[in-house]
Amino acid sequence: MSEGTLPLFEVFVRAKRGLSHVHVGSVHASDAAMAVRNARDLYTRRQEGVSIWVVAASDIVASSPDEKDSFFDPAGDKIYRHPTFYEVPEDVEYL
Amino acid sequence: MSEKETGAAYSAYVLGLADDALIYSHRLGEWLTWAPALEEDMALANVSLDLIGQARSLLTHVGSLDGTGRSEDDLAYLRDERDFRNVHLVEQRRGDFGQEMARMLWFSAYQKALYAALADSADEQLRAIAAKAHKEVRYHHDHAAQWVVRLGDGTQESHERMQAALTWVAPFVDELFDDSGAAVAAAVTAGVGVLPSSLRSPAQASVEAVVAEATLTMPATPKWRSRGGREGVHSEPLGFLLAEMQYLPRSVPGARW
Repeated sequence: MSEGTLPLFEVFVRAKRGLSHVHVGSVHASDAAMAVRNARDLYTRRQEGVSIWVVAASDIVASSPDEKDSFFDPAGDKIYRHPTFYEVPEDVEYL
Repeated sequence: MSEKETGAAYSAYVLGLADDALIYSHRLGEWLTWAPALEEDMALANVSLDLIGQARSLLTHVGSLDGTGRSEDDLAYLRDERDFRNVHLVEQRRGDFGQEMARMLWFSAYQKALYAALADSADEQLRAIAAKAHKEVRYHHDHAAQWVVRLGDGTQESHERMQAALTWVAPFVDELFDDSGAAVAAAVTAGVGVLPSSLRSPAQASVEAVVAEATLTMPATPKWRSRGGREGVHSEPLGFLLAEMQYLPRSVPGARW
């Protein structure tokens, strides 16, 4: 069995309760159950997490780098989408 | 018997547990860079490191129990083959990956039952070591089970080799559950240890469940069985293993880095 024949899984680890799962890397594994275990051994050796998600890399639908222009550039000049035009009242502590 | 004499009497029992962990951790360490995938290198190394941790705690405890004051390093590196008390199972040479998973399946099933039972030990130190180790070996058992199921219920080739691996490991199983020897008797009398035979049924049940799920069958009763490890009578591979493991501390005594 060579490494090349094992499918790739993307790994997401949640560091602690209340935080969200963050992508930390990927592992090869024969299936999802093994991927969780491999991820445990690779990415939580130093107690980095309390929860692990894995997802088959082939199941991820991603934006294409070729479409970067049409996807992201149009947002560049629309400064009114940023919440910078509001005056924060003085007695509002957390906003 | 005074407390000191009792401790000395059952220290050989604890030494057996320590040597099992130490020798198997060395065998698993040999897999680094040889496992089927990088991820598996890491997994086996993790198991190996867990076992080293157990061996260190247990050996340190032995050194204080037997009254010699030997350190964990003295015990690991400066004893000769006949002074090791591990079972033959853990000293056997590294075979194929299926054989390793068959060995880990049995050994972790044994350790799982052992450390669960030692939760009631009269020896407080041993109780603490067992509580920590029990969590670790449950994962080892799960890891081996995952692979045995995938190889057993995989391709025809992997099925046949996994079945052969179960047959390979079978003659070494009885020794894990053997009650003979003065060390076991002393440990049981002191309320410190458990009769190895009492661990057989839970251990065998967890192995059989995995074997069934893997569409494999338990091998027929082997025509021979290993014995003698707990008395220091070992098979050929242990001498070679110790030569490698002990080379550095013996050639350069007291080396540190």
